Amino acid sequence: MDWAVFVVAGIATLVGALGVVTCRNPVHSALMLVMTLFGIAVLFVEQDAHFLAAVQVIVYAGAVVVLFLFVIMLLGVETNEDLHKDPLRGQRPAAIALGLLMLLEVLLLVRSNWVTGAPSTAGAARSADQTNVEVLSRSLFTRYLLPFEATSVLLLIAVVGAVVLARRPTRAELADINEDDPDLVTAE
Amino acid sequence: MPLELPRVEWATILPETILVVGAMLILLGGALLRRRLPAWVWTVASIIIAAGAMVSAWDLWRRVSHNHQGGAHTAIANAVVVDGFSVYFALLTCGAVILAALMADSYLRRERLNAPEFHVLMLLSASGALLMAAANDLIVIFLGLEVLSIALYVLAGFAQRRAVSREAAMKYFVLGAFSSAIFLYGVALAYGATGSTNLGEIAAFLRASVSTHAVLLGAFAFLIVGLGFKIAAVPFHMWTPDVYQGSPTPVTGFMAAVAKAAGFAALLRIFFSTFGTHRLDWQPLIWALAVLSILVGSVLAVVQTDVKRMLAYSSISHAGYILIGLQAATVRGLAGSLFYLLAYTFMVLGSFGIVTLVARDGDARTGLDAYRGLGQRRPGLALVFTVLLLAQAGVPLTSGFLAKFYVISAAVEAHSYALAIIAMLAAVIAAFFYLRVIVVMYMAGDEADTADADPIRVPFGAGLSLAVSVVATVIIGTILAGPAFDFARHASILRL
Repeated sequence: MDWAVFVVAGIATLVGALGVVTCRNPVHSALMLVMTLFGIAVLFVEQDAHFLAAVQVIVYAGAVVVLFLFVIMLLGVETNEDLHKDPLRGQRPAAIALGLLMLLEVLLLVRSNWVTGAPSTAGAARSADQTNVEVLSRSLFTRYLLPFEATSVLLLIAVVGAVVLARRPTRAELADINEDDPDLVTAE
Repeated sequence: MPLELPRVEWATILPETILVVGAMLILLGGALLRRRLPAWVWTVASIIIAAGAMVSAWDLWRRVSHNHQGGAHTAIANAVVVDGFSVYFALLTCGAVILAALMADSYLRRERLNAPEFHVLMLLSASGALLMAAANDLIVIFLGLEVLSIALYVLAGFAQRRAVSREAAMKYFVLGAFSSAIFLYGVALAYGATGSTNLGEIAAFLRASVSTHAVLLGAFAFLIVGLGFKIAAVPFHMWTPDVYQGSPTPVTGFMAAVAKAAGFAALLRIFFSTFGTHRLDWQPLIWALAVLSILVGSVLAVVQTDVKRMLAYSSISHAGYILIGLQAATVRGLAGSLFYLLAYTFMVLGSFGIVTLVARDGDARTGLDAYRGLGQRRPGLALVFTVLLLAQAGVPLTSGFLAKFYVISAAVEAHSYALAIIAMLAAVIAAFFYLRVIVVMYMAGDEADTADADPIRVPFGAGLSLAVSVVATVIIGTILAGPAFDFARHASILRL
């Protein structure tokens, strides 16, 4: 059973990943990415990492990809860009070499018994009487209570900062700007 | 299984809470009020909030300092620690916020920038600095660092109509994010080597094991690099001149004072207190950083023609002097570093305050030429700047002299003679460029400059903050030298 779920999810993940890089239409690429992320979420569930699976779906498949789609659809994509020329010379060979190196490392780490789909025994994803979500929420609300709350300040700053930096100057402010001064640049 | 929530001792994080809640109130007020209030209202609000945080910190100080070490304790599931050290930095940071808010008041009006958002970001940034100083967990330190830095990235680009300001924000953001990532990697390695991110647990682990595993040494290196960026120590100083020059000048003053103090708070707590048992492993690194910062900062400052850039390099060399105290790794060295930070806060805020006023409209006139003949045009301003520059150079009867004296004597006491000699020689080089600005100010100005259409005005708020800075610099160096040093000496770190 484990094995069957693993194979199906694995195939979905890999097909999606290949699709992301091979699709010509960027919208299709983004949708392929969703498939990959869902596949990974299923793999997480299989490893009893339920919280991680939920976050994977909500944050990555839900928010991040939707953001990608927004950008693609609102801004459009340069279609006449030559995809066969690398922006950085030697980018492709270097990427392939690094990828192979990573694969080799993973193979070395797992040695022989891979593709079993059995839940991992390393780490404390779950204990005898507590699920993964319970363990995680326990540490969030006890040991890491203050850091958890402090991140909310971080989000507040991000919102204020985005508004401050993205705000367009009002007409009165634009009139102030001296055209002759090269240092002053008008927002478009 | 029932969940046992940790006790939240609100009093211990009251200064941070006041800053954050106050910032949110300003934000709400700015958004909800139909009518645009004059800018000074927000300045006053910001000062009241910072003063409130200061009062609550003072209350903590009394509690902590009265019964020696008995008052110091950890709180909220060991995430924060209330000791003289954290409260000292809270008081310092809140003082810097008040001075910077006074300085920014006229600047914001002059440049027609939005006042509420500016004060909100400054208060939130200060709350991050407080959190960093009070943190008892590497994760809390990291969060404090991010709260501090992200608000500062935005503040650096606050004068967004000026291209240099946006460039400064971008540069600061990219390099700052990079250094945060390095710091985080150091945290991960420290966790790997010791099995905890809690400073108390790390210290307990290190006391029990004398081995120096490569992972632990890696953690030292990465933590030093990550925090080295924040305190602008050479060789991680590359961003400093550009960012200090491009940012709005009051922000530069705030950044130079608070970001550096917070970086040092984390550095001192992590290395002096937590990794204190392994000092032989990290002392050489700090030694090299201190020497490089002092020398490179002093030498490169000599060739600058822009006063803002010159002050940026001088702040790099100040970071080197403060590192001397950490390198000594003694109680005296710690007190020296803390005293230096106290003196430095007033000196640097005052200096950048003067630069704000002299730069005038568009924050443009920061070159050395703008100071030509300042002694005739604005004798008072020139005198204040002279005192602040002499203090930075370390001339006796100012706080800067005592600050340098304490850290160097701590180095001598710890038998770091080479470091002490290098520091004294560099102080001589540094005196040259401070004196050059003073000479330029008292030289006869050009006729064209004296008949400037845009005279230098000293608004009330900025004048007040300059007066406080210069008076503090002088009396900490003379009458109040003893109490000020005692203040720094009592700001001890709770040993866990």
